[in-house]
Amino acid sequence: MKSIKELEAIRERALKEISVRENENKTRIVVGMATCGIAAGARPVMNAFVEELNKRNIHTVNVTMTGCVGICRFEPIAEIVDANGEKTTYVKLDAEKARRIVAEHIVNGRPVLEFTIGAAEK
Amino acid sequence: MRDLSLHILDIAQNAVGAKADRITISLTAEGRPGVLKVVISDNGRGMEPDLLDRVTDPFTTSRKTRQVGLGIPLLKQSAELAGGVFSIKSVVNEGTEVIATFPVDSVDRVPVGNIADTLAMLVASHPEINWEFRFTSEYEELEFNLADVKEALEGVSITNRHVQEWIQNTLSEGFKSVFGGVLDEVN
Repeated sequence: MKSIKELEAIRERALKEISVRENENKTRIVVGMATCGIAAGARPVMNAFVEELNKRNIHTVNVTMTGCVGICRFEPIAEIVDANGEKTTYVKLDAEKARRIVAEHIVNGRPVLEFTIGAAEK
Repeated sequence: MRDLSLHILDIAQNAVGAKADRITISLTAEGRPGVLKVVISDNGRGMEPDLLDRVTDPFTTSRKTRQVGLGIPLLKQSAELAGGVFSIKSVVNEGTEVIATFPVDSVDRVPVGNIADTLAMLVASHPEINWEFRFTSEYEELEFNLADVKEALEGVSITNRHVQEWIQNTLSEGFKSVFGGVLDEVN
């Protein structure tokens, strides 16, 4: 079994990487992870966001979870809040959609309109 | 819920919502043919006896945005469908303890799912909480205490990706060595 001693090496590696930018305002991806979200498949969505960001070496985005957003029929839901506080709400997500959102919204700065709540409500 | 790890992800967030700063999640396999016991306990604000009586009712919830609360009823249903037992204890200002048992051999038992994923996700989202995880079987025991990890890190953040990766791997390997050969789906 792994031991806590390994953390020493990890700590050193982490310290080398920490830059002054760590504390800057970061973009946040917030995934709804209450009973409704989990049952609708929010966990694979959150994993997809984390994996895709790691794959692309993007460390300026935080992925976190939140409770029920209040529109359970649209789950899985993720909100992207950029550094200026601008918010985009994506609904009825799956892992594939999450990866596309990273590529188009996070990397290229163009929200994927077809997955937003605005498009779903039409 | 499709598996036990999703139930745990759900119920643990009740503990977070109850303003706990210490949350313990333990999975124990005991006896032969064996019972898997899941305990989620916290030191949060607890519940009044009146609320505690109604908490397994799907139309009970503390939130105001909707009138249903399904997390606890769904876990109770999963346990009872497999022939297990669900119980919940709570004391105001002391905390809450949720216990669900599952006969290991029941065909109706939900699979455990990716427990390491669930726990790592909880730690990443609420690093300020002192999470304690315990896996126990007749073969081995793993105790994971986030406070120890924080101490060893001396100021490096729990949410650092290398640390996250280590937590995930530690829990995943630990889970396998404790429950491999005990639960059919773990190998």
